[in-house]
Amino acid sequence: MAVLKVTFTKTNRDKLAQVLWILNWVSVITGIILFSLGLFLKVEIRKRRELMSDEIHSVPNMLIAVGMVACGINFLGGKICYECVDTVKFLRWKLLLLPYIICTFFFTFCILVGALMCYTMRNNLEQSLFLGLRDAMRYYKDTDTPGRCYIKRTIDLLQIQFQCCGNDGYRDWFYIQWVSPRYLDMSSNEVVDRLRSNVEGKYLMDGVPFSCCNLLSPRPCIQHQITNSSAHYNYDSQTEELNLNQKGCRQALLEYYTQIMQSIGLIVLIIWLFELSVLTGVRYLQTSMENVLRLGDPDSESDGWLLENSIAETARYNFNIIKNLGKCYQVDDDPNIDVPSTSQQAQGNVPTQQIPVAS
Amino acid sequence: MTLLKIKFSFQRRVRLAQGLWLLSWVAMVSGAITVATGVFLKTELVRRAEVMHSNDIHIVPNLLMLVGLASVGINIFAGKVCQDSLDATRFPRWKNVLIPYFCISLFFTFLLLVSVILSYALQPSLEESLKLGLKNGIRFYKDTDTPGRCFQKETIDHLQIEFHCCGNTNYKDWFEVQWINNRYLDFTSKEVKDRVRSNVDGRYLLDGVPFSCCNPASPRPCIQYQLLDNAAHYNYEHQSEELNLYNRGCRQALVNYYMSLMNTIGSAVLSVFLIQMTVLVSLRYLQTSMQAVEGQENMEIETEGYILEKGVKETFKEFQEKVKNFYKQVQGDVSPADEEAAGDAAPAEEKEATPTS
Repeated sequence: MAVLKVTFTKTNRDKLAQVLWILNWVSVITGIILFSLGLFLKVEIRKRRELMSDEIHSVPNMLIAVGMVACGINFLGGKICYECVDTVKFLRWKLLLLPYIICTFFFTFCILVGALMCYTMRNNLEQSLFLGLRDAMRYYKDTDTPGRCYIKRTIDLLQIQFQCCGNDGYRDWFYIQWVSPRYLDMSSNEVVDRLRSNVEGKYLMDGVPFSCCNLLSPRPCIQHQITNSSAHYNYDSQTEELNLNQKGCRQALLEYYTQIMQSIGLIVLIIWLFELSVLTGVRYLQTSMENVLRLGDPDSESDGWLLENSIAETARYNFNIIKNLGKCYQVDDDPNIDVPSTSQQAQGNVPTQQIPVAS
Repeated sequence: MTLLKIKFSFQRRVRLAQGLWLLSWVAMVSGAITVATGVFLKTELVRRAEVMHSNDIHIVPNLLMLVGLASVGINIFAGKVCQDSLDATRFPRWKNVLIPYFCISLFFTFLLLVSVILSYALQPSLEESLKLGLKNGIRFYKDTDTPGRCFQKETIDHLQIEFHCCGNTNYKDWFEVQWINNRYLDFTSKEVKDRVRSNVDGRYLLDGVPFSCCNPASPRPCIQYQLLDNAAHYNYEHQSEELNLYNRGCRQALVNYYMSLMNTIGSAVLSVFLIQMTVLVSLRYLQTSMQAVEGQENMEIETEGYILEKGVKETFKEFQEKVKNFYKQVQGDVSPADEEAAGDAAPAEEKEATPTS
């Protein structure tokens, strides 16, 4: 009982081949789209590699590889479909077609895996951003250390662009020394007091860098002595919301990347469905062309199907093939070997081979 | 003496028509590109309309959009004429339309050049407009509670951060303006009272700038207040400090930005102008060479194409004559009595003349 059998006339077959040829070329373009999406994601992750503890390259690399393979497979598919209209040319491709279909089936499975990876990247990213931002904030003051001198600018531009402050919130800056010792007057009493006030000898204060300032605030930005309500006129540290950016940079970056990943994942899912439909069309074309050859008349009607027998039978058949592959060196069924059989059934049934004589 | 005469065999005419058809499509696309650049330039100008005082500069994108649309129409028409030109029965119907068409197209193509010239000529006007607009923006920076001005602070902060600039000409412009709202000044404090009394207008002036002037590339945390006081900050000298704040003025930054935009657009518009002129010249040659074929039995003869039938001076004189005659006709319609009188006088003069000759 064939799975999803459809009858094809000659014109139907020709039209199917033409449509598949066009669809394969469209799939080459979608392969290029996949490739460029992977490249875009890779560039976005590299742009902020200073803020991540370990860069996540598995997802963009997967997308890039899948995109390139899609281009190649669909280019070959287009060529095949173009030539399959003619039964003579089809014979050339006949042996290659079934392996091609099986490969493409596994490849579409890879596309699906790529789409799902897009959605599961979030957790790794959150951990990486948490550690990366924490370290970057610690190195904010090291503008004279080679390798870290641009971290201050990166963090400032990040906080301005994403309108965020600190890792979880602006209070993260209170626990870090973000002013370089070069600009601290060690002879002043205030500085010495602050340095002595904590175990590690860090200059901590309740102040934040200027990049935390909120553009929407109606009053000029209050950066220093934030928790001290009496230090500023008409200022209440508990109720003030517009002065600094309230969002944490980790959350802002996570939202940004999640949005990118979700859009990319959606596009990849759509491309996966498209590839699956092209694959189904190619399978139908292959089976109908093979049946035409079997019937002998190239212009007659033929049947096309997805599987010749039902799924269970095909599975069993393939399973037997795989089982027998392992038995190829066993001698049980070889008729050329003379094995004395003790069973009664075989006694009167010694096979005699008669060599046909050419007359 | 015909201007720029070229001989066209039948094959050459056919190839001219085909090439012109393709070129008219290219020119149509370039016309669409001109419209798009006009729209882009207009949106960029409108986005920063709050810091511009006058709208004189908007004539450049408006002109670009108008000419782009006209160019699309001109080139569609040229393509249609091309298609008909190889068919001798259909070509004559375009005969009367083509001369006015050429005049209108030349006018619009000339407008392209005008827009490029204007974009350079209006630069001083743009600079003045920005100077006034920024001055007002900085003055109203503190008025976040006045309706109509409450977004000036956000606009100026955003502008200074985006264009890496500070103040009108430089950061010292902020020293001359009170940019802190009175709501946030403690008038009972001695410091505030001293500052307010120190100038005639009673404004709270200080040698400080808003946070948006801070340069993220500076190696030290931003110094915003007491900028001219070296002793107020450790290891700080305001004369040699360059990285702390943005050094550029916003007026200069914006003028540079718009001028670079207009340079790019100007070069694109010049190439559109060249393409358009090529289309018009080729169409003129096609028209004149097809005119000679008209009425002939054999379509495949060799004909001559030219730009002007007579030389430039003679064509101009003819044109002047036509305009005078047209003017006389109009005058004649308005005052027939004068013409009758002139008519009576003329034969009388002739009668006088004939006996003597």
